[in-house]
Order: sequence, then C-alpha cells, then structure tokens
Amino acid sequence: MSSLRSITLATLAKDIRLEWRSKDAINSMLFFSLLVVVIFSFSFDPNAEESRQIAGGLIWVAFLFAAIVALNQTWARELRNQVLDAYRVSPAPANALFMAKVLGNFILVSLLEALMAPLFMIFYNLRALGPAWQLIPVALLGTWALVVNGTFFAAMSLRTRSREIMLPLLLFPISIPAVQSMVEATRIILTGDGAARFWIVLLLTYDVVFTTACLALFETVLQAE
Amino acid sequence: MKRAFPILAILTALLLAYAFYEAMWVAPMERTMGDVQRIFYYHVPSAWTAFLLFFVNLIASVIYLIRRNAKADAIAVVSAEVGVVFCTVVLVTGPIWARPVWGIWWTWDIRLTTTLVLWLIYVSYLVLRRFSDSSQTPKLAAVLAIFGALDVPLVYFSIWFFRTQHPQPVIGGGGSIDPRMLHVLLLNWLAFSCFALLVCWARYRLELLEREVEDAQSLESLVGDNRLGVKRPGEHSLPLKTNLPLDKNTSRTGTQ
Repeated sequence: MSSLRSITLATLAKDIRLEWRSKDAINSMLFFSLLVVVIFSFSFDPNAEESRQIAGGLIWVAFLFAAIVALNQTWARELRNQVLDAYRVSPAPANALFMAKVLGNFILVSLLEALMAPLFMIFYNLRALGPAWQLIPVALLGTWALVVNGTFFAAMSLRTRSREIMLPLLLFPISIPAVQSMVEATRIILTGDGAARFWIVLLLTYDVVFTTACLALFETVLQAE
Repeated sequence: MKRAFPILAILTALLLAYAFYEAMWVAPMERTMGDVQRIFYYHVPSAWTAFLLFFVNLIASVIYLIRRNAKADAIAVVSAEVGVVFCTVVLVTGPIWARPVWGIWWTWDIRLTTTLVLWLIYVSYLVLRRFSDSSQTPKLAAVLAIFGALDVPLVYFSIWFFRTQHPQPVIGGGGSIDPRMLHVLLLNWLAFSCFALLVCWARYRLELLEREVEDAQSLESLVGDNRLGVKRPGEHSLPLKTNLPLDKNTSRTGTQ
C-alpha cells in the first residue's frame, strides 16, 4: 500500500514539475477556453436571464474541450524514450501510474476552471440565484468524471492510429450522463429553481462506478501492446 | 453446419414475407393513428433485436477478457456491427412514425435518448476497432464494451428525471394491445431475429476468413518470400527465387 502511494506521489510530482517548467498544457488550455468563451459570446449575445439558462452548457462544453488538450498529452510524454515500456516491465503497480496521471490532470483542469470561472462570470454577467457553494461539489465531481475516464481512454487510444482524434470519439459518448448532470446542476444553481441534489448524487454515482471500472481494467489496457 | 445456412436463409425469407403480409393486411388498423401505426411491427422488433445483440456483445466481451478466446471476440465484432444496423433502423423508423402522430420528428425522451446514446457508444466501439490495428484491439474493444454497458443505466437515470413522452412498452408496461396485433408483432420479431441470426452467421464466417488471411499475410511477410502465394495489394508477382529467409524490405526491393 505504501509503495502504491509513494509511486503515485513520485509520478505525480514529476508530472507537475514538468508542467510547471514548460507550462505547455495549461497555457494552451487557458487560451483555448478563452477563445471558446469569446466565440460563444459572439454567437449567442444573450441577456442576463437567458445567459443564466445557457451558461451551464457553455461553461462545461468549454472545459470539456479544453480538458481534451491536457488529456491528449498525458501519455504522449511517456512514449518518448520508451518510458511507458520501462514502466510496463517494472514491478510497479499499474494503478499507481494511473492514479498519478488522473490526479495530475485533475489538478490541471481544476486550476483551469478556477482561473476561467471568474472570466465567465464577467463576460456573461452571471450571478447565482441558488446556493452558489453547491457549484464547488459540482465542479469537483464533474472534473473528476471527465478526467478519470479521459485519462483511461487516452491510454486506450495510444494504441490507435490518429490518437488525437480518437480520444474525444471514445470519451464523449460515455461522458453524456456526466455532462448532462454537470450542465443541469449548474443551470439549476444559477437560475435558483429547484434543487440540484439529484444531479450531484448522479455525478457521484458516475464517479464511483467509473473510477472502480478504470482501476479494475487499467492493467489490461496498459499491458496491451 | 454449413448445410444449415441455406436452409436458415430460405426459412428467413419465407418468414419475412409472411410477417410482412400479416403486418400490412391482416393486422387490424389502429383506431386513432391509422395505417402509420403499422411501422410499429418493424420498429419494435428491430429495437428488441438490437438490444439483444448489444447484450450478446457484452457477454462475448466479458468472456474474451476472461478466456482470451478469439471466437468470443469474433462474436463481439459481429454482434456490435449487426446491432448498430438494427439500432439505426429503430432510430430511422421512430421519427417517421413520430412526425404524423406526435407532430415532431424527435424529442429528448428517455427511450429515444437512451437508444441514441447506445447507438453512439457502439459506433465509437466500431470506430475504435477500425482505427486500432495492433493485435490488442480485441482487448481494448472488450474494455470499451464494458464501459458502455456501465454507462447505459446512468444515461437512463439521468433522463428518467425528465418527463417521458414515448408510449409505455406494450408488453409488460401496463398497456393493452389487441391480441391479433400482438400475434403479428411477435411473428415479426421472430422473422427479424432469424434475419439477424442469418446476417450474423454470414458475417461471422467472413470475420474468421479475414483473420485467416491476415494471419497468412503476416506470416508471409515474416518469412520473406511468397511461399504462401498471398498477393500484397498492388504487387506484381515476379517470383524471386531464393532460399534465404529475407526480411520484408529486402524482399520488396527485390521484386520491384
């Protein structure tokens, strides 16, 4: 157990250090989601009431697209110099590597959301009419839902031709219930009509189900060569 | 076994023809919807067949992951492909019926949406199989099939929260159906299941043959000379007489 944790932490620290020095992923994600925000605001131009209705969808679609950028480069880094092959033959547990990658992506995407959310609020004149603190569990659970499956499918698409396009093709259909829950919960909290509890519970269920499935099947995917 | 195939084919053709006759002329006309309702005899059996095939795909995928049995994987491919075809029939016939009856082509109702998401998941399954050319494709595809199966109940619950517009299922859903209609429906389902089985069978044999050819080709490229007589696409057979096991590149330059 302790080796699992130490390997996870070591890989996570390595990834964060690499990202901190290059800032490749976070910069491209930030700029990409900024572009999405601007393009959406040109194409809809809503008033305050309408934007409350649609903002949940816009925010999460922007984050979903931006997360693809981070997810695609997760494993690509390990392919250079055959790092992944070295990992495969080492006795280190596969799930330690997986958890490190998921946590790394989770931190990255959460950081992006924390930086972009205020910008969304400004551009769309948003003010939550419901309990705004509930946006935090929605964001955390929703990000986890995207990132855990995204990291898993990115590992799967490593073995395919044109893997950059393969990831969204695999990830989006499976993510439909999660995205719907995030969007609905955010809309309910922003407009203040009804309770978002059902959607938060559904997101939690989604997270538990797919985290378990990923941990159970990741070794099979990693060993696939 | 091979002799059973034409027998099944003839039987299926007869059944489909008879079921068509029953659905178009024998089944009574529905009181409020009129003749449009007859699409129901194609819509519902296709849906049942598609769901059955997706279920077969899941079982075959799980068996493949446990046993690593190549035949289970072939069954998984075949059932996914044929299932997507039947699911497409469902998604096309549904709106044709919905337009005159509901006045709209599509609504984000629980059954429609779940079927659509199921279709999307299996299309992505087929895309994965097409784009991945390593020998590990079956493993990855089986994993994706399990993820898809886990996803479907969640999709169902997420939409269940909204109001549902689709008519309640007529069998076991508390609705009432004329016994003559039920008879025609079940007859059509039988015909469609036979048809699905027939197509799956043909596709399964094709899949096994394709794999044999692939194995032979990879063996040939390993051995170097064209001992098995397999032609690469675009390659003219200028027989290169050699006793040395050449590697792929040397053999290519030698023949061109």
